[in-house]
Parts: sequence; C-alpha cells; structure tokens
Amino acid sequence: MFGYIARRLLATIPVMAVVAVLVFMLLRFTAGDPAAIIAGDNATSQDVAAIREKLGLDRPIVQQFAIWFGSILRGDFGESFFFKKTIAELIVERVEPTLALAVCTVLLAVSTAVPLGVLAAWKRGTWIDRSVMGLSVFGFSVPVFVIGYALIYLFAIELAWLPVQGYQRLREGLGGFLARLILPSVALAVIYVALIARITRASVLEVMNAEYVRTARAKGLGELPVLLRHVLRNAAVPIVTVIGLGVALLIGGVVVTESVFSIPGLGRLTVDAVLARDYPTVQAVVLLFSAVYVLINLLVDVIYTFLDPRIRY
Amino acid sequence: MSPVRRLATALALVSALWVVAAPAPSALAETTLKVVMHSDLKIVDPIWTTAYIVRNHGYMVYDTLFAMDAKGEIKPQMVDRYEVSADKLTYTMTLRDGLLWHDGTPVTAEDCVASIKRWGAKDSMGQKMMAFVKELQVVNPKTFRIVLKAPTGLVLGALGKPSSNVPFMMPKRVAETDPNKQISDFIGSGPFVFKKEEWKPGDKAVYVKFDRYKPRPEPASGLAGGKVVKVDRVEWKAIPDHQTAINALLAGEVDYLESPPHDLYPVLKQDANVRLVTLNPLGNQYTFRFNTLYKPFDNAKVRQAVFYAFNQEDFLKAVIGDPAYYKTCKSFFPCGSPLATTKGMDGLLESNVEKARGLLKEAGYDGTPVILMHSTDLAVLANLAPVAKALMERAGFKVDMHSMDWQTLVSRRSKKDPPDKGGWNAFLTSWVAGDILNPVMMGFMNASCDKAMFGWPCDKEIESLRDQFARETDPAKQKAIAEAVQVRETHYPTHLPLGQWYGAVAARKNVTGMIEAPVTVFWNVEKKGR
Repeated sequence: MFGYIARRLLATIPVMAVVAVLVFMLLRFTAGDPAAIIAGDNATSQDVAAIREKLGLDRPIVQQFAIWFGSILRGDFGESFFFKKTIAELIVERVEPTLALAVCTVLLAVSTAVPLGVLAAWKRGTWIDRSVMGLSVFGFSVPVFVIGYALIYLFAIELAWLPVQGYQRLREGLGGFLARLILPSVALAVIYVALIARITRASVLEVMNAEYVRTARAKGLGELPVLLRHVLRNAAVPIVTVIGLGVALLIGGVVVTESVFSIPGLGRLTVDAVLARDYPTVQAVVLLFSAVYVLINLLVDVIYTFLDPRIRY
Repeated sequence: MSPVRRLATALALVSALWVVAAPAPSALAETTLKVVMHSDLKIVDPIWTTAYIVRNHGYMVYDTLFAMDAKGEIKPQMVDRYEVSADKLTYTMTLRDGLLWHDGTPVTAEDCVASIKRWGAKDSMGQKMMAFVKELQVVNPKTFRIVLKAPTGLVLGALGKPSSNVPFMMPKRVAETDPNKQISDFIGSGPFVFKKEEWKPGDKAVYVKFDRYKPRPEPASGLAGGKVVKVDRVEWKAIPDHQTAINALLAGEVDYLESPPHDLYPVLKQDANVRLVTLNPLGNQYTFRFNTLYKPFDNAKVRQAVFYAFNQEDFLKAVIGDPAYYKTCKSFFPCGSPLATTKGMDGLLESNVEKARGLLKEAGYDGTPVILMHSTDLAVLANLAPVAKALMERAGFKVDMHSMDWQTLVSRRSKKDPPDKGGWNAFLTSWVAGDILNPVMMGFMNASCDKAMFGWPCDKEIESLRDQFARETDPAKQKAIAEAVQVRETHYPTHLPLGQWYGAVAARKNVTGMIEAPVTVFWNVEKKGR
C-alpha cells in the first residue's frame, strides 16, 4: 500500500512538469502583454518597452522558461508582476477563504445529497423519488451565478438575514465567518447535491437488488439496518468516486462563486491574474490546482481500499 | 469517549479559542468609510503606471506641490509661496511649514527635487517640461529653484496636472528609485497613511487618517485647498462584480461606489438610502484613434472621411443612453475647460455620408479593410465599435471588427505590425477630461512619429504648434495656439473626439462632503451614523 502511494506520488512529478510546460506555453501564446497593462492607458510605447525589459519579457521564450523552471525547482515561485508581493505570500493569503468555501460546500453537499439519494432509491417510483430527481435536474441546469444572485436577493437584500458579499477570517469570529460562507456554499453546493444524489440513488438501487441484501432481509433484519449496514457500505465506491470528482471540479466552481460573492480566494486570484496576464501568478496557481487534483484522485483511490477490502494495489 | 465525539469536542474547543482570540472591538467608535473603487488596487506606484486607480491611491497617500481647483486654475498646495523671475527663467518655490512624511520626518526641498526628476523622466508632460529645465537647485531645506533654459508656460500646469502621471512628492530615498521599477516604500506626506500590512490585493486596501497632516487654510476646491480628513479610516473594497457591489451598497455593507454602470442607475435611484452624484464636472471624452502607419489611415484624406462619416450622438446614445449623462462637444479639448473651442469643426461629425464618400473617392480608397479593435468587457466602451463600424460602412468603408477584452486591446495597440499580421487600424477609447486639457497634455495629439503614442501620427505642423504652446506663457496666446492645433487636426486627424460623458458615484445618504474634482478623493468626506 505504502509502496503504491509512494509510486503514485512520484508519478505526480512528470504530470506536474507537463502541466508546467503547457501552462507556460499557453500563457505566452495568449494575446496580451503584462507590460502594456502595467504601464496603463496613457503610457507611450517607450514606457511599455522599458517595463517589458525590467520584467524580462524581452528575452527569448526558451530563456524565460529556463529561468522560471529553475526557480520552481528551488521552490521559488517568484514575485507577481503587479502586486508588490511574492507569489507564495499571495497564495498563503488566499488559501483560507477557498479552503473554507470548499470544505463547507463539500460538507453541505454530501450531508444533503447522500440522504436524498438513499431516500429516492428507497422510495423508488414514488413522488419523493420523482421530486428528488426533479430537483436534481434543476440543480444541474441552473448556473451557479444565477443561484448566487437569487440567494443574495432573497436572503441578503429582502430578508437581510445574511451579508451580501465578502469573507471574514475564522480568527476574527466564528459567527461572521459562518454568516459569510452560508450563501456561497449553498450556491456552489447545488450542482454537487444534484450530481451526488443521482449517483447515490443509482448505486443504492443496484445494490438493493443484490442477493446478499435479499439474504439479509430473509434473515429478518429490519429495513434500516439493511440500508445502513449492507446497502450503503456496498454502494459507497461509486459515491466516493463522484465526491472525489466533485471536489476536483470545485476548483472551477470557486472561480465563479468567489467572483459573485466577492470572496478573496484562489479563484478570484486566478481570474485577476489571467485578466492582468500576470504570468508568474497564473503559472503558480495552475500548478497548485493541478497538484490538488492529482492528490485528491490519489486520496480517492486509497479510500477505496477501506470501503472495499477486495480492492488491493 | 468515542473517536467521533473526541473529534467533535476538539473542533468545538478550537472554534471557541478562535472566537476568544478574535480582536475585541475598539473602545472608541471609529468612522470607517467603505468604498468600492472602479478597479482593484494591484500596483501602488503612481509614477510607474498611468492607471487611474493608482493615481487615486496617489492622491490618498501623497501630496502635490500645486493642484487644480474647481475653476481649473492651478493653486499652490505643498508650496507656500513661489516667485517667477522677471525673465521667466527661474521659479523659486518655498514649502509650507509643518509638512511631514508619515514617518514624522520633515518634507524637504531635496525630496521635492528628487520627486520632480523621477516624475519628469516618466510622464509625457513632465518630459516636455524637463526639456526646458536647465537645473533643479536646492536652496535650503524648504526652498528649491527650477531654472529654465527658455521660458515656458508649462511649469505650473505640469506640476499641478490633475491626472496621470501626477507629480506626487515622495521622500528622496523613494524618489531615487528607477522610474521603470516599482517602489517598495509607501511613505507619503498626504492626508492618509497607506496601511501596507492590511493591503490584500483582491480584497481591500486600507488608509487611515494622518493625524499630523497640516491642511491648507482655504476650503477644499477641486484638488486644491484644505485637505481636511473627516473619517478615521477608508477601506477600498475590491468587488469586481457590479451587481454584487450594488447589492452591497443597498444592504449598507459599503458606503460608496465610485463608478456604477449606467444601466444600473435605475436600480440605485429606487432606493431611498442611496443617491447618485456627478462629481467630475468635465467628465470624460470618447475618442476614435487611427493607426497612421498603414493603409488606409496613412492617408489623411481617408481619416478626414471618417471625421465626416461620424456623428457624436449615435455613439453617446448607444453607450450612455440617458442624455442627462452625456453631451455632444465638437471640440478636441473638453467642453467647459478653458481651451474648449469649435474652431474648424463646422460640418464635421454630422454623418455627412456624401462628403465622406467623396473624400474616399478623392483619396483613391481601394477597399482595404479597416481592422477595428472592439473592446467587449468594459460597459463604457463595448458599444462604441459596433456604432463606428455601421457609420463607416455607410460611408463606403470595409470594416473588419475584431472583438477582444480590453487588456488584449491594450497589448495589441502597442504593436507596430501590419494590420493583417496582428496589428490594427483603429480602436475607440475614453479619456478623463483632466488628461486632455491642452495640446501638450493630450497624448493623442503628440504627432512626433516614432515617439508618439500608439497610432504614431507624424506631423511637423502639429508638433511645431505644440512646441509653441509649451513656450507660450500668456493664456490668451495659448488659447489661440490651441485653436490652431485643432484646425490642423481637422486636416491631419490624429484622432476624433466623439462627445463627452459623465459618470455618477453612488453613495449612502449618510455620506456627505464629496468634492467635485476630476479625480475621486476622500478628504472632506463625512460619514454620520449608518
């Protein structure tokens, strides 16, 4: 097992290297010049050229790549072109809001979707099943920003129960921290509730017809213990897979949600950096997201072995 | 205790500790003005960049030697008194008493000389002024001299220019930074102190009142007069989404929006706790810029045809819509400013299609497509290019409109490549009126070929007139020269003025004292209650 994890961790190195090359090349081939953006609207061509030289953007691309790659091998992601801060500082500042939003969203999504999916399967063909599946289609279909604006209008503007936007750090008070996370987490969780509920329903339905479930019932076990001990445990592998995928997909979701709710997290940092063509920041954030993606996949694979003893690596 | 319970207990304890460790609210009620500016503050050196958000940051933290008042006149700000020698070659300036940097050290003439040098190396009007400067002399800690090679009327106008790059004064050690490198020490002598440790790009920038700032005794007027700070703290919140910013204002989470989009004004007008105020009386000017390096706009006659093909009303209606927030103005210099004139503009900008077609025929226009860059992501610019395309096509132009985000446009416009190889022929933009008050200040009028701004117009006559303007010290004669430049522009157009528009700030009703000026400033602003 440990050998497997070590091999998988080692395999992330070439993956990250490919990501590094791709993101570097993609950015360089994207239209836009950070020097022109820095110089501002009233700058002359000479100003832009002088800034380009200072940033090292006038050097050949291969040389720029070699310098950047050499730096990241030393663990140095460099300094943002814009902010007078190192990339590491910027990322550290932005991790907490994104992590908080992601954890809240996953907790909310899993705690809502799994019971809903099980309930729909258990009451298959009834109005409960149809309602859950109908809501699931709705959750899939409505974009996160529409849900976000609707929630803001209802709960922040009309009812004034929750704040419209912003983020409060946990150390500044739990109440404010949670109050500012509720709406964005709900907005972001809707699509994952839909996804996880559907998969849970399908997976539970498949297991409910299995012979060992029939045997359990025949032995006189009640419906609830059958559901919890035999059905859910055996239906868990696809559910965990989809939760893992969902966590990875959250990376895309936080970008929109953080913009709608003005949360200063990694998603917003990515958008701002892309719009400003802040190459070092975009490169570092994309690398970080790739690493998170790879590690989540590894974690899901490891969890399989606990849920299903037949799985061995 | 089960492992689950142990974990839950531990989490509860950690949460409780966080709550206990949270800073207690200050015993003294602090007035904090929460503001959403037009953009997030990413760069903090107002000389390194010309970006307006950084200029606004500059007005918070730094002070200026001179400033423009509400009437457009240049008044002393940090300077107590100044004298001009009889031959108009020496300006002797003495600083006010009690000027301090935020670290408590006094502002000296040496600091000002170093600051003028850094700004003069970077700013286009500064460069023009410095071309006249023979020497900058420090006389004593409070006095310095600007010695000129030849008389010029630019000195006070340049040192008091309201918009980018503004000659902000910085400590000598900071001002000695290479102008193409961003500064890393943010100490100024302005009315607010920048809290570097609280600055979180993408979240907020924080300024606190500089208690030891000594305002001028006169009342605030435009960017001049007494900068009396009436709030303890100003927070610039970064809320990039307009709808979210407006929701935050309506909910009372922020107090002030610098530039809500025009199409959302009706939402703001419906709320009794919010008001819209126009603070920039001169507003902004829409502009059509030619690339004179390539066909078809390398031919002045073809550019004149565009002058005849366009009319301002169509552009202003398409973008701003509400006539309360725009006006047509057939002047290269902003209407309402001292040099505004309609000289030479008769018959132009009236969509005279026949005249435009005639000029195109005369010029031998061969149907070369015009690559028109279209910025799609900024609401105040997005509808301009489609209107330009329609009007040009009516006059017989072939137009190939390339849509892109503003940042891509900014990058592409600096390329001198041929239009079909990644270059361009034309684009539309907007200027803050404070940036285009005279022919020297107006970047698009610079017709010095390779040294001109993107578009690279090349005309000796315009350059000669701009030079005469710089040398002239009599305002009446300056006005005559400005008129002559405008007339020349109608024969050799470098760009076209497409009318003036105004934006309003949206503020909660408990926020008062906002100052009418070409730049958003926060001295004199009061906030009472909630």
